[in-house]
Amino acid sequence: MQPQPEKLIFEYSRAGRGATDQWPTTAATPAAIPESMRRAQPPLLPEVSELDAVRHFTRLSQLNFSIDTHFYPLGSCTMKYNPKACNAFAMLPQFLARHPLAPESHGQGVLACLHELQELLKAVTGMQAVALSPMAGAQGEFAGVAMIRAYHRARGDHARTEIIVPDAAHGTNPATATMCGCSAREIPVGPDGDVSLEALQSAVGERTAGIMLTNPSTLGVFERRIVDVAAIVHRAGGLLYYDGANLNAILGKVRPGDMGFDVIHVNLHKTFSTPHGGGGPGAGAVGVSARLEPFLPVPIVAREADRYRWLSEVDRPQSIGRLSAFAGNAGVLLRAYVYMRLLGREGMRQVGECATLNANYLLARLKQTGFDAAYPERRASHELIVTLKRQARELDVTAMDFAKRLLDYGVHAPTTYFPLLVPECLLIEPTETESKETLDRFVEIMVRIQREAEQDAERVRSAPHTMVVRRLDDVRAAKQLDLTWKPTV
Amino acid sequence: MAFIPHTAADIDEMLTAIGVTSIEQLFEEIPPALRTRELAGVPPALNEMQVGRLMMQRALADGQPLSFLGAGAYEHHIPAAVWAITTRGEFYSAYTPYQAEASQGTLQTIYEFQTMIASLTGMQVANASLYDGASAFAEAVLMAVRLNRKSESLRVLVPRTVHPHYRLAARSITANQQLRLEELDYAPDSGRTSAEVLERYAGEDIAALAIQQPNFFGVLEDVDTLSQWAHSRSVPIIAIVNPISLGLLKPPGEWRGGADIVVGEGQPLGVPMSSGGPYFGFLATRMQHVRQMPGRVVGRTLDLAGREGFTLTLQAREQHIRRGKATSNICTNQGLLVTAATIYMSLMGPQGLARVAHASHERARELVAAITQVSGVRAAFASPYFHEAVVRLDRPVAPLLAALAKRDILGGLDLTGSYPELGHALLTCATETKTSGDIQRFASELRELLSSSG
Repeated sequence: MQPQPEKLIFEYSRAGRGATDQWPTTAATPAAIPESMRRAQPPLLPEVSELDAVRHFTRLSQLNFSIDTHFYPLGSCTMKYNPKACNAFAMLPQFLARHPLAPESHGQGVLACLHELQELLKAVTGMQAVALSPMAGAQGEFAGVAMIRAYHRARGDHARTEIIVPDAAHGTNPATATMCGCSAREIPVGPDGDVSLEALQSAVGERTAGIMLTNPSTLGVFERRIVDVAAIVHRAGGLLYYDGANLNAILGKVRPGDMGFDVIHVNLHKTFSTPHGGGGPGAGAVGVSARLEPFLPVPIVAREADRYRWLSEVDRPQSIGRLSAFAGNAGVLLRAYVYMRLLGREGMRQVGECATLNANYLLARLKQTGFDAAYPERRASHELIVTLKRQARELDVTAMDFAKRLLDYGVHAPTTYFPLLVPECLLIEPTETESKETLDRFVEIMVRIQREAEQDAERVRSAPHTMVVRRLDDVRAAKQLDLTWKPTV
Repeated sequence: MAFIPHTAADIDEMLTAIGVTSIEQLFEEIPPALRTRELAGVPPALNEMQVGRLMMQRALADGQPLSFLGAGAYEHHIPAAVWAITTRGEFYSAYTPYQAEASQGTLQTIYEFQTMIASLTGMQVANASLYDGASAFAEAVLMAVRLNRKSESLRVLVPRTVHPHYRLAARSITANQQLRLEELDYAPDSGRTSAEVLERYAGEDIAALAIQQPNFFGVLEDVDTLSQWAHSRSVPIIAIVNPISLGLLKPPGEWRGGADIVVGEGQPLGVPMSSGGPYFGFLATRMQHVRQMPGRVVGRTLDLAGREGFTLTLQAREQHIRRGKATSNICTNQGLLVTAATIYMSLMGPQGLARVAHASHERARELVAAITQVSGVRAAFASPYFHEAVVRLDRPVAPLLAALAKRDILGGLDLTGSYPELGHALLTCATETKTSGDIQRFASELRELLSSSG
C-alpha cells in the first residue's frame, strides 16, 4: 500500500487553536518591557490542537526508514540496534532535570557515570586520557587537530601546519584541517587498499603537523602497515590522529593506542550505539597519549578521593579550551555509558568479532552471487565495498539506481559514492546486531535487482516506486530555493 | 550482552560460507603484535536489570532541587507529547536524511523547523541546526568574516554582556583563523552595552559586531541603537537570542536595519536541561547570505511525478562535497532535538510561546521583588530584564549558595569569577515553572541565612 503524503503542519492551522492546556495562564502585556522592544507581529508558528500536532508528527515518523523498522546497512555509520535501556536510563527524570551549572553536591550521580565513561573509553582505546565534550565526530576531529597544533607550538615549532590525509578520507578530515588553520596534503592509497608508504615518506617533513587516518580505512580494509606508517610520521616529527569512525570493526580486538596513535576521536553514535536521531546528536569523545594530555578540551571529570568534580579552564591552563557552552552532549554520554556497561569486557570483543563476521559473510555471498568486490583479495573489516561499475558500463544502471531500488524492497541503501576512489560503489556495513536471515535476504534482493537491471533496466533507473515520493529533483531544489513555507495571502 | 542474535549454529554456517574455520581467521591481516589479549579496565557485563538499579541510584543521588539557575539553560514545562513522539523509533533511530525518499518524515520536520525559526528570528532562512548556542556563535563569527570581504581587520567586537562560555568557545573554535575577538565593556548602572562604548571604534575597520538579547545578565539591550551604529558603518551584526523571549520581544530581523546572522541556544524549546546537553544551536540569516551558511539545509522540490517532496540542498557548501573548502566541518548535527523543538513549537503556537515568555517574565519580577525585600540583597541594574536578573549581596555568594544547596535550593549563578567588578553578585532566574510558593520559600530561606550570620 502506497504511503500517503502528509500536509505541512502550517496547513492545519486555524486562528486561535493551540494546545491550550499546555499554556501558562498569565496576565496581559508585560508593562515593564517598553513597547519599542516588543514584538509587533506574532511569529509564524502553527495554530493546531494537540491531537492534530500528535497525528501530524506521528504520521511523519511513519514516512521514515529507521533501524527500528528496516535493515540499514550504511557503510561507516554503524547503524546497529539502539538499545531501549540506554534511552530509558539516560532519561530518568533526575538526569533530565539537572541544570548544567548545578553544584557538584547535586551531581555526584551523573559525574560518576561520566567519569567511568572516560575510564572505559581509555581502556578500550588504549589511550591515557579522555575528554567527553566534543559534540560530534567532526568536533572531535577539530579538538584533535587543535591539540596537535598546540603541542607543536608549545615546543616552539611553528612551521608544522600540514595535515596529511589519504585521498580516500572522509570530507570532515580536510575540512577540519582548514578550520584549524592547517592545509590538507593528500597522499594516494595503493591498489590493495593500503596507504602508499613511498608517497607518505616523500610527503612528511618539517611542515608535517600530523596525519589523519581511519583504521580500518574508509575502504573497509585494515591498514596492514600501520606500524610503519606510525614510524615514518613520528620520525618526521609529526603526530598520528585516529578517526574512530570504523572502531566497530576492531572493538575489543585492537586498540588505537597500541597502533601508535597519539590522539583519537570515538563516534559514540556509531560504535557505542547512541541514536542517530535523523542527523544527531552525536558525541565525539577524544582520547590522547600522555604528551597531549595537557591540551585536552575542557571540561573533564576528575575524581578526587571519592568525590567527582569538573575541571575547567582554571584547572587546565594549557587546554585548547571549551567547544560548547557546557559539558557537551551529556545525555548522549549517559546512553553510551549504559551501553558499555551492558556490553562489558566480553561484549566489546563480541561486537568486533560479529561485526567482522557479518561483513565477511556478506562479502562472500555477494561475490558468490556475481557481484564485484572492490578489494576481492582482502578480508572485509566491519564493512565491504561492492563496485557496480560493470553494471553501469554494460547495463547503464548505476550504484544510485541500485540504492533507490533497494528502498522498494524495504532495505535502506548502503552508502553510495563514498569512498570517492571506488567508482559506482556501495559501502555496506551490516553491523553485529543483524541476523543471518536479514543478511541472506539482502543478498537475495541484490540478486533480484541485478536480474531486473538485465531484463527491465528502466524499472531500476526510475526507482523507487513504492515510497511516498519518487526520485526528487535535486537540481531544481538548488536552483529554485524553497527553504521555508510562506503563507499564500 | 551485545545484542547479537547469532547462535553457535548460525556462526558455523557463516564461517563455512566464507571458507574459514574460525572467526579469528577473519582478523589474520592484523599484525599479531597489535591484537589485544584481554581488555583490562573493563568490568564484566551487567544485565539490564543491574544497570537499571545502578542508574536509578545515581539519579536519586543527584536529587531534584528547587532551581533558580538560568545562565544559558532554562527550565520550561515540556508537554509529554514532545518526547513521546521524538523517541519513536522512526525518528530516534533514523539516520541523516541522505536518501531523501526514505526520509521524508525527518526532512519535512526540518523544513517546518526552518520555517518556524526563520519567522521567530525575523530572518529569511535558517539551517537544520548546529551543536549548541555557543558553537553556533563561533560559526556565526566565521561566517560574518567570510561575508565581510571589505574588512581587512578581522576584528570582531563582542560585548562582555555576551555569555562568558560563548566568548570562550568562540575563542577556542576560531583560534587558528587569525581573528581578533575584542571585548566591549558594559555600562555599570544599566548592565547594557552603550553607544559610548562603541564610539571608541568609530573610525576603525571592524569586521562584525555581536549583540546578545537578552544579554547574559538578563538585561534588555538597546538593540536599535547598537544596530544603527553597526549599519551606519557597514558592520555586519551577529545577534544571539533566546528563542522563548522571541515570543515577546522584537526579533533581530526587525532591529533597526536588521541583524545579518542570528544564532542562539534552542534548548528552551522543549529540550530538557540534562546537565548541559544534547541541545541545539540555531542559525538564521538573510537569503542573500545563504551560500555562506554552515550546516545542513532542507529544500522543497518536486519528484519525477510532479509531487512535492523534501531533500537536502545546497550541499556544495558542506564537507562531504567541498571537503577542504567547506563552510564548516560539521556533519552530524542535532537532528533529534530539532524534532523535539518543532513539536514543542507546534503545540505552543504563537500564543502559547508568548504566554510562556510573559509568565516567565512575571515570575522573574516576582522573584526579584521578593528577594530584594530581604535586607542585604539589592538589584544590580535599573534596566528592564526578561526572565533573569543580577542581584548584589552584602557578603560572598559562594557560601550562601552552598548553604542554600544544603536546603535543596539552587539560588542562581555566582558571578564573582567572571565579573569580579560587580562585587558579590548573583544571577538568578525564574520561569513559568516557578510558583509563588517556590519564590516565597526561596526568599524566606535567604532571609534566614542572611540574618543568622551578621
